Amino acid sequence: MSEALSSENISNNSSVEIVNKKRSQLAEVWRRLKKNKMAMIGLAILGVIVLLAIFADIIAPYDSVAIKQNLKDRLQGPSTAHIFGTDEYGRDMFARLIHGARVSLQVGILAVGISIVVGGTLGAIAGYYGGRLDNIIMRIMDVFLAVPSILLAIAIVSALGPNLLNLMFAISISSVPGYARIVRSSVISIRDQEFIEAAKAIGADDFRIISKHIIPNAFAPVIVQGTLGVAGAILSTAGLSFIGMGIQPPAPEWGAMLSGGRQYLRYAPHVTTIPGIAIVVTILALNLLGDGLRDALDPRLKS
Amino acid sequence: MHKYIFKRILLLIPVLLGVSFLVFSIMSFTPGDPAQLILGESAPKAAIEGLREEMGLNDPFLVQYGKFILNAVQGDFGRSYTSGREVFGEIFQRFPNTLILAIIGVVIAILIGIPVGIISATKQYSIIDSTSMIAALLGVAMPNFWLGLMLILFFSVGLGWLPSGGFGGWKSLILPSITLGTGAAAIITRMTRSSMLEVIRQDYIRTARAKGVSEKKVINRHALKNALIPVITVVGLQFGYLLGGAVLTETVYSWPGVGRMMVEAIRSKDTPIVLAAVLFLATTFSIVNLFVDILYGFVDPRVKSQYK
Repeated sequence: MSEALSSENISNNSSVEIVNKKRSQLAEVWRRLKKNKMAMIGLAILGVIVLLAIFADIIAPYDSVAIKQNLKDRLQGPSTAHIFGTDEYGRDMFARLIHGARVSLQVGILAVGISIVVGGTLGAIAGYYGGRLDNIIMRIMDVFLAVPSILLAIAIVSALGPNLLNLMFAISISSVPGYARIVRSSVISIRDQEFIEAAKAIGADDFRIISKHIIPNAFAPVIVQGTLGVAGAILSTAGLSFIGMGIQPPAPEWGAMLSGGRQYLRYAPHVTTIPGIAIVVTILALNLLGDGLRDALDPRLKS
Repeated sequence: MHKYIFKRILLLIPVLLGVSFLVFSIMSFTPGDPAQLILGESAPKAAIEGLREEMGLNDPFLVQYGKFILNAVQGDFGRSYTSGREVFGEIFQRFPNTLILAIIGVVIAILIGIPVGIISATKQYSIIDSTSMIAALLGVAMPNFWLGLMLILFFSVGLGWLPSGGFGGWKSLILPSITLGTGAAAIITRMTRSSMLEVIRQDYIRTARAKGVSEKKVINRHALKNALIPVITVVGLQFGYLLGGAVLTETVYSWPGVGRMMVEAIRSKDTPIVLAAVLFLATTFSIVNLFVDILYGFVDPRVKSQYK
């Protein structure tokens, strides 16, 4: 009786400890991230951009402001009525920028999400099973890696047609191999450790081992790469839209806005300059956060 | 070493075959009938059907791919749908223009990236270090097509020093290659710095210093050689991104290279040109990476010893 009780106590205690440990690990990462000034600046900028994107419709309604042409006000410089001026169709630049942020963040986050899931799964399978399966998967990934990612994305969009969905698909496909490689190498480094052997010994199946033990341990590099990947995806989106292979007008997108202003570079440089600054600031913020996360998650730099 | 080089070259063949299959498959999704595109909207059905048969468009997919590869290895990439000229010739004519841009871009990136990275690492946390790290962060964050437009705005529209686009003379090379090289310069700077910082903390550097070797010698003789090994890989990869980035830069500067040709071909649904352009750039990228791998074998004794 007393024995049963004490063992129950022990298991209770240990589960509490595990929860605490998980939380404290996250807290530890957050604590270290908080110390990094640059990362915090990045996070703050990102927060503002996300808020603007979320409340874009309240700040400036899509139909009546962001895409409504007003030709008599075209190409105006910044003023109190239009803080960032107007574009070649007289549309308010600020309104278009914040709606553009919505597009960029959406594409960036979703594309990276898809490629993490697909690439991560492939990498985990390749790393865990090894041998022939590993060889086949990784050789296919090598083929994808041999094509510069922007070219691959352009080829896919040009074949499928330029729209938001295809763009997202193209960008995520072209970054799948990167995640597959990262996850595979961390899986290989974890695969033969004792706690995996222990899990096997108590009868856990492959799915459980991969999802419960391997993936959480391969998480840190994926998070870092993912943050930087969102930046890359936003750049690719802008680049593809710039050459007319991305979001189609009149939808506001930073790269497309920039491209629209090209003809007026001489007379109204703000139409080209401002969307570019929006891209730079967003990418900068994401990179600062990504670098900070890398340092915060790196156990070697723990101190 | 020969064995290593031979192995790397052999490995290139399946990768290139895979790339061609991948790109061929993607391009086969392009909507529209090439025969219709060549003959025009008003062409009679029978003529279109005849041309389809002649072009092998009615063959099964794998047969089409097989024929494409057999012709491609002989330098025959078909004819452009719009101009009717040989695709290989068209691309080959423009390829040097793209290559020269990418090479000058990468040279600029190396000339800036490596020295700045070394100085930043040896003077960590100094003003020079933080200034160059901020510059590098901006360099990574800037989309190259935007940087291109800003350079045009400043140097062509504003100061009138350099042409805003087109092709002719060394002056027309300056802005496009700076545009192309900036991102790579930033990445190489960051990589050199972090690699150098890691090496400087190694025991053998401490030993060298303890022996009384001068600081200059420690950096040049002991640290640099090892720190630059990972940088080589990054330079190789950046060269690939430069080839990809050329698509955008060439569009900004109306540069007559493969990239702009590809963008124009996409607009006119000229699939053979798009297919060949992607293959050409991807092949160049693979060959550059092959060189990098071989070079790696020469400079990294750990790789070298495996293949003795």
